[in-house]
Amino acid sequence: MVEQVRKLLEKRVESAAELEKLRQSILDKKDSSRTCVSVCGGTACRAAGAEAVVDAFVDEIERRELQIQVELKETGCHGFCERGPLVVIQPKKIFYQQVKPEDVPEIIAETVLGGKVVERLLYVDPSTQEKVIYEPDVPFYKKQTRTIFGANGEIDPTNIEDYIASGGYSALSKVLTGMKPQEIIDEVKKSGLRGRGGGGFPTGRKWQSCRDAEADIKYVICNADEGDPGAYQDRAILEGNPHSILEGMIIGAYAIGSHQGYIYVRNEYPLAVRHARIAIEQAMDYGLLGENILGSGFDFKVMINKGGGAFVCGESSALMASLEGKIGEPKAKYVHMSEKGLWDSPSLLNNVKTWANVPLIINKGADWFSKIGTAGSKGTMIFSLVGNINNTGLVEVPMGITLREMIFDIGGGIPNGKKFKAVQTGGPSGGCIPEQFLDTQVDFDELTKLGSMMGSGGMIVIDEDTCMVDVAKYFVEFLKGESCGKCTPCREGINRMSEILNGITHGKGKQEDLDTLEDLAGILSAGALCALGQTAANPVLSTLRYFRDEYLAHIEQKKCPAGVCRELIQYSIDPETCEGCLRCLRACPTGAITGGKREVHTLNQGLCIKCGACYDVCKFNAVIRQ
Amino acid sequence: MAKVWIDGETSIEVEDADGVNAVSLTVDDKEIIVSAGQTILEAVQRVNGIGNIPALCNHPAVKPYGACRICTVEVSEDGGSKFKFVAACLYPVKEGLVVKTNTEKIRTLRKGIIELMLARCPNVKRIQELADEYGVEEPRFVLGDQDCILCGLCVRACQEIIGKSAISLVNRGIYREVAAPFYAYELTEECIGCGDCAFVCPTGAIEMGDDGKPILPKVKIPYAEIEALMKKEAVTPS
Repeated sequence: MVEQVRKLLEKRVESAAELEKLRQSILDKKDSSRTCVSVCGGTACRAAGAEAVVDAFVDEIERRELQIQVELKETGCHGFCERGPLVVIQPKKIFYQQVKPEDVPEIIAETVLGGKVVERLLYVDPSTQEKVIYEPDVPFYKKQTRTIFGANGEIDPTNIEDYIASGGYSALSKVLTGMKPQEIIDEVKKSGLRGRGGGGFPTGRKWQSCRDAEADIKYVICNADEGDPGAYQDRAILEGNPHSILEGMIIGAYAIGSHQGYIYVRNEYPLAVRHARIAIEQAMDYGLLGENILGSGFDFKVMINKGGGAFVCGESSALMASLEGKIGEPKAKYVHMSEKGLWDSPSLLNNVKTWANVPLIINKGADWFSKIGTAGSKGTMIFSLVGNINNTGLVEVPMGITLREMIFDIGGGIPNGKKFKAVQTGGPSGGCIPEQFLDTQVDFDELTKLGSMMGSGGMIVIDEDTCMVDVAKYFVEFLKGESCGKCTPCREGINRMSEILNGITHGKGKQEDLDTLEDLAGILSAGALCALGQTAANPVLSTLRYFRDEYLAHIEQKKCPAGVCRELIQYSIDPETCEGCLRCLRACPTGAITGGKREVHTLNQGLCIKCGACYDVCKFNAVIRQ
Repeated sequence: MAKVWIDGETSIEVEDADGVNAVSLTVDDKEIIVSAGQTILEAVQRVNGIGNIPALCNHPAVKPYGACRICTVEVSEDGGSKFKFVAACLYPVKEGLVVKTNTEKIRTLRKGIIELMLARCPNVKRIQELADEYGVEEPRFVLGDQDCILCGLCVRACQEIIGKSAISLVNRGIYREVAAPFYAYELTEECIGCGDCAFVCPTGAIEMGDDGKPILPKVKIPYAEIEALMKKEAVTPS
């Protein structure tokens, strides 16, 4: 017991000077020439088998007794999820993709010991067919500005010393030793940082109103209740660099005068919960969290609260209700949460990405930060680029980059030579942006002008084979399931929208349905209680605005131009081109196709369930979809 | 001296009393002076003949909730140039606030919300009356057959006035309903049979049963039906 206490006391860093001493001693222990194998341990790479790759490295390093020469690190998400599992050999940053456990002995033998590159594991640039050796040269990474996300590939999220070695907690020590709370808020205001959770509210102003609110108790909350379909960047930061969030939160707490913080994170993110918990424990051990932080006399504690997976709990008032142990439903915010939030105390709630920006702004200055981005939106934004895109993954780009650059230069364009149709941004509250706006600069205000929004940074790319009515239906169905049901417009209105959209996609649409949809959209935006309902019509309104002809085709001609809505399409076999190869016959799950070898096949419409399996397998384009 | 409206036509001059925190605001072009710390709906309801704000989920005995949204009004905090929609039952009165309770936009919005309510509860008298007032004829949607508009008054009365919480709102979205603990429809001994829930219900959806306990309205979308729907939609390749 005494021994344990002594050990804890030894770890504690009592002052800014001691933190610098600790940092130096960690750096001194590090041999910069030592090879470091960094394996991406983000959720996507884990799903692709990264854990087995890590095990293989452990075994191989042990077998060859290389523990001293080689450091193995399982890091957070690197971002290029499409090509996982990813392995980067430091310090040269040799980049291997889609690594399998059986590749590991070769990597150790050839690259780590032999200094040679394993050609077959390199990334091939599809546009030039050239192999890329180093990570920064991969086109996916080249156009990015990875100010927040870059550290993910460098540090082991379960080791606080890694974070400290990379300069971690220096912003905190700078703040505690030399800045007054108001100076911090002024710096954040000057940086032009806006909330990254979706609303884009100026962060400094929020902090100011929370500081100005008079109360004995104030709270700081990190919103990690990321629930947009297709978005996972908050998860990746919390999994990969939890200390950066903690550091931001402690700085925010010091600025507003709070001593208690919460991280509200989804229970569906077990790795993020685990890493955040480890980070809190370690920061407590090192005296960077808890009582008398860095010997400054400032106290701040952080607790983790696991959300139950309700999308609406990402909304600030619902989140706080849930934190209080009540039903997670929103309430009116006519008095801001920064004045009267959690348990009626002033509460500073920011998104994961917003918190992650704070240490950077303190360290590098507001001027550095405000140089990045556009006039109204400063800094970088992390998007999750998903959908019909070649390079699925997380990308961090400066505000003001065009959609075209993101989708085609970084994202590598649309797979299988399909045509781009639209990009859906901002999650279920966002909208679909068509091709003619591809050169729009991405920032808070420009996306709003187009009827979409920045949201939390989801970006779903849609190709020509996608039906836009179906897309709108998908998002409305999502929101229908996630509406808390408290207010009439949201509960009833979204349900009726879904009814109408279902009718249209089933060929039962009427001309006046479009007016009804627009009426419902008006009721939702003016009448709903919270932002979920107020913006719920955006997917419908934006598709109606840019793809009205598709709605009309469904309603008037009872056709789905993209060939998606099953009730409106029909498959048939063209006797002229059918070679009688039996492929479609074998693929058909219901036995609707008949015919013999080298005989023209026929399709029985009565048995056909329109699954499209025959269409997908036919090599002669003999299956026709109408 | 301050002018206080006692109804839409009559006003009296009153002395400014020390310690009385009063605010003056404009409601439908009439200036009223009311004590601070109340909501627009409360203020308007206290002055006869001013404003026209219907409300269903509000009751003076319980805290405002903001669920039905038909009390939505337009307010301007900058003297009347920029207006926004707010729920009158929740929005606090403020000095210089300009409130419009019955504009074309608001009537359209209320009409839309009432149409949604009528489609859910076509047989409820109170909703039918509102529908007549706002000119809703036949709803454009598939009609339901429920009586409960999920205003939550029963739940709040049970919790706030009686202090029992024998009923609660359970589930979410369109599947939300009023139920006893653990999603039961039969009330437990927590219920003291006071009948408060039935009394505050604006639609008469709760009746008192022979055993002296209320009979809760059932949302007629039981789980078995949802499951059947889901199975029907899922494609199972044979």
